[in-house]
Amino acid sequence: MNKLSETSTRSCSVAVVGGGPAGLALAAELKRLGVNDVVVLEREAHAGGIPRHCGHYPFGVREFGRLLKGPDYARKNVKTALDLGVEIRLETTVTSLHPNGRLSLSTPTGREELKVDRVVLCTGVRESSRAQRLISGDRPLGIMSTGALQSLVYLQGIQPFKNPVILGSELVSFSSIDTCRHLGMRPVAMIEEQNRIVTHRILQTYLVVRGVPLFVSAKSLKIVGRGRVEAIEFIDAHGDLKRLETDGVIISGRFRPEAALLQHSHLDVDPGSGGPVIDQFGRCSDPSYYSAGNLLRPAETAGWCWREGVATAKWITEDLVEQGKKASVEDVKLTILDPAIQFILPQRLSLSKRVGGMDKMQIGLKQPSSGVLQASINDNCIWSARIKGHPVRRIQKPLTEVLKKESGANVKFTIRRDL
Amino acid sequence: MLSERFDIAIVGAGVVGCAIARRLTLDGAKVIVFEKALDVLDGASKGNSAILHTGFDAPIGSLEQICVARGYAEYLEIANSLTLPILKSGAMVLAWNDEQAERLPELVKKAHENGVLDSAMLSKEDILRREPHLSKSVVSGFEVPGEYIIDPWSSAHAYLLQAMANGAQLCRGTEVLGGLFDSGEWTLKTSKTPINATHVINCAGLYGDVVDERLINKKSFTITPRKGQFVVFDKSSSALTSSIILPVPTEKTKGVVICRTIFGNLLVGPTAEDQASRVDASTDRESLQNLVAKGSEMIPGLADSEITATYAGLRPASEFQDYQVNNWSELNYVTVGGIRSTGLSSALGIARHVSELIDTKVYSGKPIVDPAIPKADRLSHYHSRDWEEVDNGGIVCHCEWVTRREIKRVMDGPIPPSSLEGLKRRTRVCMGRCQGFYCTAELAKITNGRFDLPLSIKHE
Repeated sequence: MNKLSETSTRSCSVAVVGGGPAGLALAAELKRLGVNDVVVLEREAHAGGIPRHCGHYPFGVREFGRLLKGPDYARKNVKTALDLGVEIRLETTVTSLHPNGRLSLSTPTGREELKVDRVVLCTGVRESSRAQRLISGDRPLGIMSTGALQSLVYLQGIQPFKNPVILGSELVSFSSIDTCRHLGMRPVAMIEEQNRIVTHRILQTYLVVRGVPLFVSAKSLKIVGRGRVEAIEFIDAHGDLKRLETDGVIISGRFRPEAALLQHSHLDVDPGSGGPVIDQFGRCSDPSYYSAGNLLRPAETAGWCWREGVATAKWITEDLVEQGKKASVEDVKLTILDPAIQFILPQRLSLSKRVGGMDKMQIGLKQPSSGVLQASINDNCIWSARIKGHPVRRIQKPLTEVLKKESGANVKFTIRRDL
Repeated sequence: MLSERFDIAIVGAGVVGCAIARRLTLDGAKVIVFEKALDVLDGASKGNSAILHTGFDAPIGSLEQICVARGYAEYLEIANSLTLPILKSGAMVLAWNDEQAERLPELVKKAHENGVLDSAMLSKEDILRREPHLSKSVVSGFEVPGEYIIDPWSSAHAYLLQAMANGAQLCRGTEVLGGLFDSGEWTLKTSKTPINATHVINCAGLYGDVVDERLINKKSFTITPRKGQFVVFDKSSSALTSSIILPVPTEKTKGVVICRTIFGNLLVGPTAEDQASRVDASTDRESLQNLVAKGSEMIPGLADSEITATYAGLRPASEFQDYQVNNWSELNYVTVGGIRSTGLSSALGIARHVSELIDTKVYSGKPIVDPAIPKADRLSHYHSRDWEEVDNGGIVCHCEWVTRREIKRVMDGPIPPSSLEGLKRRTRVCMGRCQGFYCTAELAKITNGRFDLPLSIKHE
């Protein structure tokens, strides 16, 4: 074996973990705001994140005033950060997070330690795997996530199958149709276990345009194949056993934060969002750690993450100037008491400074819900608003009202349903 | 026909075939191994619970008990020199009702008779003190401190690598179709070139009975594959138990086991489903959900744990309780069949047993005194890995922290993978949380043109 590399130690002001849209925008903004040492730690050989392998529009309209494809958008984010003096370290994996801004890294030249004033976690999201969805059947070649398909197609020009089926009906599921078409693959069906497509119904017309049949309420899905995928079997909405000949299965959507680092760290994790517990400034349970982008919740657009990065950069800069004074014990929890609510972001409110952070909270639903969302302290309703929405959709409500009336006790959220 | 002659032809490169190839090569035999699949360890050996058992619960005096005990001892002896992944975690056999609890003393007695002398009863308090995440409904149990968790794949792989480093030959994608035994010499007809060998050893696992019929026209047992499905939980769940949690066994199965894996995950399984198919290792949602439910009854924290992977293995069970090792000495032929579930623990012991059945005078070489020892990356979460070393080439698989250099060593090694599946088993790529979301494209690039079953359908 090789000799264990000697551990070297470096330090800098802010280390951003993950060089996707949120991390790069955040790092660039920190430089604009005058922070000296900003380093982005990117585990891949190229920075840019998921848009690197999204070879389609639309990216960058609000950020750069131009309509870009994913790879161009990724390059633009990288260039902007570099031009502003951000250091981007590639093939650098953060292997563990320690209290007070200390990081352990693995690089091609061995292990390293990094001590910084603030760490920002921007590690993004990934799709749920076939295993996580407990999809039955064999394990042939040709089963992959949309992310894997996109990177094969757009980064390597590799065609893994001819006529796949798409499991799932989220936005990303529809985008996989375009990814397929890029190399002449034609999906034979979109299959959804729920009784309707998960994303907006209007997109069903796109399936008609592309000639991709839709099967909803599919039960008992089973992948068949020895070497490569040969077929998929399921019980259709009419209760009949259906068998579609296919040579690939795209397992799309059901995003989840890429939170492996978090789960093995000292930071609090929200089981609902799958990301870190943060306050309205994006600050984690250890005040030297922040987070932005899709690690916070599955899953928003690249543009959203970019803006979240920019906003968080401002809060971090203020925090650095104020030497962490905002970080106080004076925090309250936002508690969810309704089974239909998946998560509320932020999960905590810092009361030492009530202005300047997020002005809206984000709400994720587990099931379609319609009613009045109520915030209560000690059974007294302090705020309420109508809520109507579906899972995987963006839902926001003003946070400022809640903050204004907050008295120092935990806030509990419920939904009073329409009859 | 290969002009070379061999002392021993082994049919089947599962864990048993690999262990026998190593043993007989070290004994001085000239060995050839045939595997009909494109890669080694492609049948029963690829899906099991990855435990090195002491054999505490094997039928007393059975061949299985003898082979497990010998195999266990030899594994511990060679683990370090062959860099085999291994972690001593100890096991606890737990009773969850009074009926099961009544059987425990008899099982401890059996363990002692099987030579596992450190096995001892545990009170409910002892159990919960050691494993605080266990359900409080546990009644009582006993411990078997000598049980280890290992990696089924790299151990068997290492046996074969050592056999090859010392002269054995491997023919993958080569099915033995028939054979003729004449004047002390076998001529084997294969799907490729025919070969001559003095002895044949049938280690065909799930096809053990089929190969016997083909070569010696005997049917001394029938294989009924028994499928076992497993659920692998996220690494963050591995803190839920340090011991291997075993149930009180029944006639048919050891029951549902919960244990850490050597890769830092937590494993729950197997199911036990008899079936006719020798190839159907499919999983089904209902069984997997049942496993999660069963696991959660024993360790409630599992209910909220994230699942990383699911898989199924096929055990080559026969109608007999014990292993079916038959020495047809007049035919220079040995059958090693019905190795139903303990093959991983017993393989090295079975190899010793088979080596004693064969007259070493037929070997063309002498016992190898100072055998070559191949080095392999130790695929263990509990040992140092290549990502900690200098010049590792960078991490390619971000979930299992597999480096470019680890992948390269395997691709350039003596038994390179024939497919992504083989690379996964050899290096752990794509076996983690994301199941290939992040690294599939990079792997496609690295392995371009190297697989029999390539990722690209337009591969030249």
